[in-house]
Amino acid sequence: MVYLYVGIAGFLGAILRYLIGISFFMNSSFPYATLSINLFGSFLLSWLTTNFFKRFSLSSSLKTAIGTGFVGSFTTFSTLSVETVELFESGRFLIGILYIFVSIAGGLLMSRLGFKVSMEEQQS
Amino acid sequence: MLIHLLLVGVGGFFGAIARFYLSQMLNNKSSFRIPIGTLTVNLVGAFILGIITGIEANTMIALFFGTGFMGAFTTFSTLKLEMIQLYVKKYKREFLIYTGITYGGGLIVAYLGYIIGALFAS
Repeated sequence: MVYLYVGIAGFLGAILRYLIGISFFMNSSFPYATLSINLFGSFLLSWLTTNFFKRFSLSSSLKTAIGTGFVGSFTTFSTLSVETVELFESGRFLIGILYIFVSIAGGLLMSRLGFKVSMEEQQS
Repeated sequence: MLIHLLLVGVGGFFGAIARFYLSQMLNNKSSFRIPIGTLTVNLVGAFILGIITGIEANTMIALFFGTGFMGAFTTFSTLKLEMIQLYVKKYKREFLIYTGITYGGGLIVAYLGYIIGALFAS
């Protein structure tokens, strides 16, 4: 049954990612859409696991559906890799490097921020 | 428009289930501290999306298999959470290896897929 929940959540996460991609930054030469989705998703997943899931007694299937299914499918690694390859292919080497670097460091910071916000919420 | 959304959604449905199944199986079986499951889905997904992009697949196929399935099959949020967990637990070496293999490997296989796909592009 948990597989069905993960699938439905994945359905919604993928659609939301697609909608953001076609609604914003369409004409940009830098992959802002994937970057903001990935950064926000990193914050969200870390906050959910360290705070939200602990405060509310959801069933473990529902937690898996939201965390692994929804946020997991909303964010993506394959698109990030291929977008970087495309930047390299079109000769925008530095932009590609910058994209990877901001993804690595920014994603870690956002994930860390999720933890921090959780800790502060728990103390207050 | 609606058909595009459905293609992405249904692709995401199967992609998420496939990632959940595979990463659970691989992460549990492994005795490494590095999450082999997430690493595997991310590298396989980057390779296949490279092929889909290089081959210049038509919109329907690109939306279903690319944006939907591969997009959901691979994940960034879990990767970051796992990286932070390795870091917080002071597994510095594992943290660096995981980061290096994911990004270095991801770029290499995506490029490889892209080149292979371009060979078959019509």
